[in-house]
Order: sequence, then structure tokens, then C-alpha cells
Amino acid sequence: MWESYVAVLPANWLNWTAVWRRNYIAWKKAALVSILGSLGDPMIYLFGLGTGLSVMVGRVEGMSYIAFLATGMVATSAMTASTFETIYAAFARMRDQRSWQAILYTQLTLGDIVIGELVWAATKALLAGTAIATVAAILGYAVWSSILYVVPVIALTGIAFASLAMIVAAIAPNYEYFIFYQTLILTPMLFLSGAVFPVTQLPANVQQVVAFLPLAHSIDLVRPAMFGRPVADVMFHLGVLVLFGVMPFFISTALLRRRLMS
Amino acid sequence: MTATAISLVDVTKAYNGRTVVDRFSFFVKAGECFGLLGPNGAGKSTITRMVLGMTPPDVGKITVLGAPVPAQARLARAGIGVVPQFDDLDQEFTVRENLLVFGRYFNMSTRQIEAVIPSLLEFARLEGKADARAAELSGGMRRRLMLARALINDPQLLILDEPTTGLDPHARHLIWERLRSLLGRGKTILLTTHFMEEAERLCDRLCVLEEGRKIAEGRPQALIDEQIGCQVIEVSGGNPYELQALMNGCAQRIEVSGETLFCYSSTPDQVRLQLRELSDLRLLQRPPNLEDVFLRLTGREMKD
Ligand SMILES: Nc1ncnc2c1ncn2[C@@H]1O[C@H](COP(=O)(O)OP(=O)(O)OP(=O)(O)O)[C@@H](O)[C@H]1O
Ligand SMILES: [Mg+2]
Repeated sequence: MWESYVAVLPANWLNWTAVWRRNYIAWKKAALVSILGSLGDPMIYLFGLGTGLSVMVGRVEGMSYIAFLATGMVATSAMTASTFETIYAAFARMRDQRSWQAILYTQLTLGDIVIGELVWAATKALLAGTAIATVAAILGYAVWSSILYVVPVIALTGIAFASLAMIVAAIAPNYEYFIFYQTLILTPMLFLSGAVFPVTQLPANVQQVVAFLPLAHSIDLVRPAMFGRPVADVMFHLGVLVLFGVMPFFISTALLRRRLMS
Repeated sequence: MTATAISLVDVTKAYNGRTVVDRFSFFVKAGECFGLLGPNGAGKSTITRMVLGMTPPDVGKITVLGAPVPAQARLARAGIGVVPQFDDLDQEFTVRENLLVFGRYFNMSTRQIEAVIPSLLEFARLEGKADARAAELSGGMRRRLMLARALINDPQLLILDEPTTGLDPHARHLIWERLRSLLGRGKTILLTTHFMEEAERLCDRLCVLEEGRKIAEGRPQALIDEQIGCQVIEVSGGNPYELQALMNGCAQRIEVSGETLFCYSSTPDQVRLQLRELSDLRLLQRPPNLEDVFLRLTGREMKD
């Protein structure tokens, strides 16, 4: 049992790149549509909600509401981009297109495939998050130099959420199942993590739950950095995100082994 | 190169308490074409998946290209090419991209892959199709692309799960011809099929299975001689059970399957004589084949 689990773990440090490159070739064919798609949604949120609410809300935590929202959107767009890539696109490759089955005939292991997919999903998160950070900087809501700090956090956020989503994809019988994940996990997380309003507005006991939400840690790193303020507890927040990236990987790989290789 | 390419010893596999492969053993010698012949659900694909280390057996021992499987399946897979039962090409990718991407899964560099692509395309008779999307290819071309893809790592062993199912006769013959040329180059092939003709044409040895159990094994012609050893007359167009009584005297054995009566006889002329009076019958006399072996051993036909 243990021996056969070890056999599906990544075979080496670089095998996953073959999967990443496969996805890159596919993405390149429709890159423009894909970029517009992943940027459109957060931008609409930002301008629709942000401009409207700014008028009523005024300043939040010492910044304009639209700036507050923009910094939240950077982390949130990373979350949604990598989640959707995993539960829709990677799931289709795993189940409908049999791409993973084909790869399993080769020198790659299941673990290599999963890592390739996670890094790919994180790449898409990186695109979406960085684009919004750039727009925020252009509009003067963020300090330009902060983008350098924010980029690795966006990537890490992407890995963490792809890794979580991979567990969902591993156990989902069909696409309907993903609606549950979105409405019961992701949407509440968006509102509880301080993306659209400060966590301090939540009841005290709810605030304790927030400490367990990866998105909250991502926002705690991104928001102050973008305003050029000192970031508290950097190592702690990074550690939590790394944990969310690594632990689910081992769980989803075990679940996928049971699903695909039994 | 090891003399035995694949060996399975007493392998059993159950799904949800139902045994689908039952104490199965066989070995494949290097350089031969070995067939697994059986109807739908017999367990052919499950056996190939176990050989590849993609499904662990419940009991039994599997060795492929000298490596214990599934423990060291990855080592074995370095020397294996696979054509799975179901199409798993990247539909949106061109023929060339499909090969490029697959070569990378074997840790080949882009340069190495590009060096072998022309010969693979030529082998698969897809020279003019390098830039066509996989989705645009005909069934036969897709199957040949799968075969070309399976050869990208220059494997010594090929595992082909129903390589010609769903193809028209022309496309099927082209695949058979390509497989024979691979055997000529010294490749070893494990082939599953439910086409008797395919097994007869390609396999040096084969094993007939039904519901996960081996029911016969040997060289195709030897199996036919052993189990049948006489001419076959297929009679249709009458009531098979009434006809059966008529012919009991001049046939070694009679099997009824559906509307057709199979009469096994070393004196076929006498059978014809018996049936001469009956006008509406259609008679077909032919040499025996593996289909007859299967019918004999299981009492039913293996439908295509
Ligand atoms: N993952 C699985 N879970 C449960 N049952 C399975 C699984 N895979 C195969 N089976 C069952 O095992 C039996 C053998 O299936 P297998 O696919 O090996 O047959 P086959 O000989 O390849 O058939 P076909 O000619 O239809 O491809 C079938 O009854 C099938 O339903
Ligand atoms: Mg099958």
C-alpha cells in the first residue's frame, strides 16, 4: 500500500515541466480570449463595485474604498483563476479527455502530473493577479515597486488554491459538484477574508475562523505591501500558504491514485 | 534484452467483490506477438493495465522487461509503447504537436523529438498531415497517429489494446501491415482483440479468455487443429434444431448459435448431400478458424 503510494509521487524535480508545457501550448492557441476572460471579471467588480461603493463608504483603513477593494481583488483573482483552472480545465483533462491516462503510460508519475497542473494553475493566477496589481498601480492605488513583492505572493496563493481545488476535482463525480465548492467554500471565503470589507467588521468569534482561511493570509500580505506599508508576520502568512499548497497535494495525489489507478 | 518480455503468474483482480481476472498466467517471449483474445468484458484491458502498472493486481506476480510491476513499473515503461483502447489524443493539437508533447513525457528534448518525427510520420503514413489537427483526422489516421506516438521512445515492447476496433477493412489492413513491419524489426507485441481474423493473422501465440479465465492457449493454427480439425459448414435459413437431427450421422459435432447452425465434419460432401433436398438453405463451407474454437469452448459466438 505504502510502497505503491510512493511509486506515484513525483519521479524527479523536473518531470512536471512536460505537463506545464503541454498546457502552455494549448493555452497559446486561445491566449487572447483566455486573458480577456480572466481579467474581465475582476475588473468589472473593481470598477462597478468600487466606484459605486466608494461614494457611500468613504475611506477604509486609511485608504479609498476602491483602493482597498483593488488590493483585495489581486488576491481574490489569484484564488478564482487557479481554482477554476483546476476544477474545470484540469478536471476535463483528467476525466473527459483522458490526457492524464495517456501521460501515465510514460515516464511521468501521477505526482508529476498533479504538480504540473498545480504550477500551471498558479501561472494563470499569476497572470490574473499581476494584471490587476498593474492596473491598480497605473490608477495610483498602489505603489509601483510593491508589484515585485506581490508577484511571488500571488503565485503562492495560486498554488495553495489549486492544491485545495485538486482535492475537490479528485473526488468530484461531475461538474455539478463544483458548484458546491464555489458557493459553500469560495464565496464565503471571499467575504470572510477581508477582500471586500475589513475583517474587523466581523463578529469576534467569526474573526477567529478567519485565521484558517488561506485567502485572508494572502490578503494580509498583499494589501499593506501594495500601499507601501510594513507587512506584519510575513513568515507566518507565507508559512500558512505553503502549508495549504503542500498538504493537499499529498491528499489529492492519494485520492487520484484511487480514482485512476485502482 | 531479457528473453521473456512479460510474465504474469497467478494474477487475480477483483472490482467490488467481482473477480474480473482469475488466476491468470502467461508469458510473452521477446520478439513475438502474443494475443489476448476475448469478448467484451473478458478482462483484456484490465490485464494490459496491470502489465503497465496502472492497476495493481490483488494477488500474483508480474514482471515486465525484467522489472517487477507495479513496484518498478516506471522502469519498465521506459521500454514500452502503448496504444490504449480509447482515443486519448490531444484533439486541438496538430499531429506534430501531439508527438512533441508526448516525447517530452519521456524526457526527450525538443531537438531529439523533432529528429524522430519525420520517420514516425512516414511509418504511420501521415507525412502530409503533420500540421492537421488531430480532431480533423479520420478514424484510421488517428489510430495510426496513436501508433506513431507509442513509438516515440523507440520501445522494445508494444502494448496494443484493440488497435483496429471501429476501423473499416482498409484502415484495418493498413494497421496490420504496419504491425507486421514492427514485428519484422524485432519488436515484441502484446495485442488484445476480439477479432479472430486479427489474432490469426498477427499472433505467434495467443490466449483465449472468457470472464477473466484462460480457456485455451497456443499457436493459432495448433489451437484450430486441436479443437476443430475438420471442415465447417455454416447453414442458415432453416430451423437449426430440425436440421441438426438430419445431419447427426455425417457430422463430428454440431453447434447452434442464433439462426446459424455450425456443422463440423470431415466429410462435408455428405453433409451437402443430406441437405440437397431442402431448397431455402444457405450453405457456406470454409476451413475452421478461431471463431469456431471459441464457439466450441464456450458454446457461444464472440461478436465483433
Ligand atoms: N475500474 C473499474 N471498476 C469496476 N469495474 C471495472 C473497472 N474496470 C473494469 N471493470 C470491469 O471488469 C470487467 C473486465 O473489463 P475489461 O475492460 O478488462 O474488459 P475487456 O476485455 O477489455 O472488454 P472490452 O472488449 O469491452 O474492452 C468488466 O466487467 C468491467 O466492467
Ligand atoms: Mg477493453
